[in-house]
Amino acid sequence: MIRLVSDDLRPPGDPPKRHLLSVGDLTREDVERLLGTARTFETSLERHVKKLPTLKGHLIVNLFYESSTRTSSSFELAAKRLSADTLNVKSVGSSVDKGESLKDTALTLGAYDPDVIVIRHPQIGAPQLVARVTEAHVVNAGDGKHQHPTQALLDLYTLREELGRLEGLQVAIVGDVLHSRVARSLVQALALVGVRVTLVGPPALLPREFPAEATADIEAIRDADVVYILRMQNERMEPGANFVPSLREYTARWGITPERLRPGQKVMHPGPMNRGVEIDPLVADSPDSLITRQVRSGLVVRMAVLYDVLTGGPVGVQALAAAEVA
Amino acid sequence: MNTHAPAQGKTLLDADGLGRTLSRIAHEIIEGNPELEDVALVGIQTRGVPLARRLARLISERAGVEPALGAVDITFYRDDVTVRGGEAPLAAQPVVRATQLDFPLEGRTVVLVDDVLYTGRTIRAAIEALFDYGRPARVQLAVLVDRGHRELPIRPDYVGKNLPTARGERIQVQLVEVDELDAVLLVSTPEEETR
Repeated sequence: MIRLVSDDLRPPGDPPKRHLLSVGDLTREDVERLLGTARTFETSLERHVKKLPTLKGHLIVNLFYESSTRTSSSFELAAKRLSADTLNVKSVGSSVDKGESLKDTALTLGAYDPDVIVIRHPQIGAPQLVARVTEAHVVNAGDGKHQHPTQALLDLYTLREELGRLEGLQVAIVGDVLHSRVARSLVQALALVGVRVTLVGPPALLPREFPAEATADIEAIRDADVVYILRMQNERMEPGANFVPSLREYTARWGITPERLRPGQKVMHPGPMNRGVEIDPLVADSPDSLITRQVRSGLVVRMAVLYDVLTGGPVGVQALAAAEVA
Repeated sequence: MNTHAPAQGKTLLDADGLGRTLSRIAHEIIEGNPELEDVALVGIQTRGVPLARRLARLISERAGVEPALGAVDITFYRDDVTVRGGEAPLAAQPVVRATQLDFPLEGRTVVLVDDVLYTGRTIRAAIEALFDYGRPARVQLAVLVDRGHRELPIRPDYVGKNLPTARGERIQVQLVEVDELDAVLLVSTPEEETR
């Protein structure tokens, strides 16, 4: 899986570690195994006692340099559901405020001997740095506009659970693709499992290097089984750059309204939503919206990721998952 | 135990012997539990599950009471999930199968069913898993074969056959439902392959 970083800085002879840094490191088999494990965890959440003792005695550090509700809370709960100890460090209110470098923070936290460090950071490559300087397994929870692999996995899980399959589906990703680590990871992940992707949005926000069709025409969402709506990411846009004339104009041309959707067409959004900008509130709250389902998937998929980086994952889960879906 | 092992070895129980043994265990479960309607048979994945199903059938034929039937998978309850301290991950975790307990455990007598009792660690994990679903009144243990070498204070209530073994040997239970025939075999494994 999940990348075995062979590391120049580490003394020779040390075994490589399992990390989840990028969707690009995953094979189809890895994805199937992770989704299968997530499914078995989902059944455990239907029980009266929702906690499993699996990772008892393990320490999982959540190191968040950017604000996050869904990702940080679901990683924390995932660790707790598996009986691991958690330590949550946010940049605000920590020594990061006082100018401590990422490397020094990582070394400090590394001294507690954590088994897994989950990191979100505005800079691309931050998770790789943490993987180099600590002994922990590292899970990337979002680095700049680069990667957000657990989001891509939970989206695959949601698609498979709600539509019953992945292969052959059509997904239209609408909005600010350029600044979106979600889109970057998701396009890779969808390609890996045989889903066709169309990118729709303002031309200036559609990168050309993606392996997907791209168009400015919102009509292109017609044929999609699922419309995946991205947030306008003002915080990642360079000051002064005019990617879209105005948010109002964006909404008029690319905002997803009930009128633009076919009946039964499913809608996803990674959150947080700007209601009334990229998504009409009626769409967000409609029965065809899978947005809360995505949040629930996030918990079980992150349980699967934590379990998988630490154990190598169970064999044979894909067979189980396939049999149960059928 | 191991699905991929070659099916050669000394036969300890043939299909008839296995049938007779199960029949006797079923009888003992009936005798040991006057309130038979409170009994639930819970098989431990993989081979405990078809064994529990067969015992349930035998009990219902004999006593006219159909015991509740369930299955438990212990993968996430193992005590060797990871090697703490960052060594390479264990080669292969066992296959995860479904846990199915569709009845309340409260007030029940749960009979855990497994094919081979060895160190007792599987049973410990199964008991822990069971208690995450509810609080049974009591838990009993039925095994087809007890091969000794216990590492925990666990003792079966119903034993098909006591077969003292060397650690280098392995007991292989084959069941029609999983392996296409019924038999219990004694297989010797080279020392370096044993765990």
